[in-house]
Amino acid sequence: MVEVLVGDRPVLVPAGASAAAAVLLSDLPAIRTTPVSGAPRLPYCMMGVCFDCLAEIDGVPNRQACMVTVAPGMRIAPQRGVRAA
Amino acid sequence: MTPGPAPRDLAIVGAGPAGMAAAVEADALGLSVVLIDEQPTPGGQVFRAVEAGAGDPAGDPAGDSAGDPALAGEDRDSGARLVAGLRAAIGASARLDYRPRTALWHLDADAGLLSTVTDGAAGEVAARRVLLATGAQERPVPIPGWTLPGVLTAGAAQILLKTAGAVPEGAAAIAGQGPLCWLLAVQLLRAGAGPLTLLETSSGGALPRALRAGGLWSGRAALRKGVSLMREARARGLRVVPGVRGLRAGGDSRLRRVAWEGGTLECGTLLLHEGVIPSTHVTRALGLAHEWDAGQFCWRPRLDAWGATSHPAIAVAGDGGGIGGWEAAVAAGRLAALDAAYRLGRLDAAARDARAAPPRAALRRALALRPFLDRLYAPSPAVLAPPDDATVVCRCEEVTAGQVRAAARLGATGPNQVKAFLRAGMGPCQGRLCGTTVAALVAGARGIPVPAAGVLRPRAPYRPVTVGALAGPLPEADDPIG
Repeated sequence: MVEVLVGDRPVLVPAGASAAAAVLLSDLPAIRTTPVSGAPRLPYCMMGVCFDCLAEIDGVPNRQACMVTVAPGMRIAPQRGVRAA
Repeated sequence: MTPGPAPRDLAIVGAGPAGMAAAVEADALGLSVVLIDEQPTPGGQVFRAVEAGAGDPAGDPAGDSAGDPALAGEDRDSGARLVAGLRAAIGASARLDYRPRTALWHLDADAGLLSTVTDGAAGEVAARRVLLATGAQERPVPIPGWTLPGVLTAGAAQILLKTAGAVPEGAAAIAGQGPLCWLLAVQLLRAGAGPLTLLETSSGGALPRALRAGGLWSGRAALRKGVSLMREARARGLRVVPGVRGLRAGGDSRLRRVAWEGGTLECGTLLLHEGVIPSTHVTRALGLAHEWDAGQFCWRPRLDAWGATSHPAIAVAGDGGGIGGWEAAVAAGRLAALDAAYRLGRLDAAARDARAAPPRAALRRALALRPFLDRLYAPSPAVLAPPDDATVVCRCEEVTAGQVRAAARLGATGPNQVKAFLRAGMGPCQGRLCGTTVAALVAGARGIPVPAAGVLRPRAPYRPVTVGALAGPLPEADDPIG
């Protein structure tokens, strides 16, 4: 198992799982809110198609969390609404 | 300018069944091959993380769950053998360059230049021929409330089970149709999921129509497997509601209930599935010729019997060229590799044709049941074009079906015009999840057949790439600096 940080919560996930899986295992209510209406979203397709799992991972925003494999100490942070310029 | 590294004979995009089979075959024929894949391990979506479970019948001491007996089955063993075959070829051949975690973000077809990004670093690789083996995606299922947290695709649930050993907490529903719904139900129940309901959207009379389409005799083995899955699912307590219409997901900030005409269910997870469609993002961006598949209600690149596209250097194999499943993909990958060797002058036509006989026979066998399945699981008109105007169809830009219909009435002739009118298809997913729905809505509003509305033409970058990655050095292992 690998420990990562989802928001400010430590979460244990199996090695080889994606950051998006860590988000779903964390009970976080939303990984992002949409730029248009601010609606909450969680990962939807888990295979790189929908882009609903966009998150800030280790300080880099707009990463597809389902395409990133977890690593010990990885920081997965939600994105809120329209991104800052 | 210094000349770049010598181009490879063949670049293969995607290490699923088609890409793996093509790489092994091409390597055996003496071609230099670069195989790029977005995943950390080979297998594609269908055999995701299959290595982790192979040869480990007692389970996994690290607590990882890919060895979960819930996933055991004859297909998983076949997948593990395919991956092992690729690993052996990679280990034995210096000509076969496998690059995991590598996404294609641009392809210059005429120059044979692939622009990639690996772990945030940009790269380039040149090749004389390119084989796109990018597989399938699940058909979008735009129902009211499908953007709520708690609504996922059935494929997503399968990936969570395969890679994280996770099953939904509490009551869950699978809604839609197709073999994957039953397979997923069995896998979730074997893995200890809570109360599970299958809301089947298959239309009445589908079975007689499908039986008339034939293909049953040669496809009987696959059919028998399906029947035994259905039996196991029911024995494990799956509740099945047939003929579901008017499906909608409800809740405020997350899914609380699923409703349909004549029923409702409190649940925290809804898994949608209406079959899969070819992933044509790259082939459409390249402007290759496509054709409408009236049996599968989707576009696919126009291919010859070897997988060659309308561009002389580009071929397609596997589900990306039309849905056929993993066994058809393996056969198509081998055929494409043989044709690549022929076109590169490594194999004459007679040798190519002789070697093609076994994969051709395998392809015929694998596709035997397809006409039956296509008719049995044809998506309903409401799945293709949601009737309720308030339904969101473009998840990224939150554009509704009503807005798209209004744009069509104002003169938008297809998805490319709707994109300019409403931004549908302009968000991060680049229309991967709304393009087909927008086209069907426009066609409905204008009274024209769906294919007449045309296809969305995506642009590079196919995947997000940072300016920092582009500005950085181009890492190419065999490219000496200076």
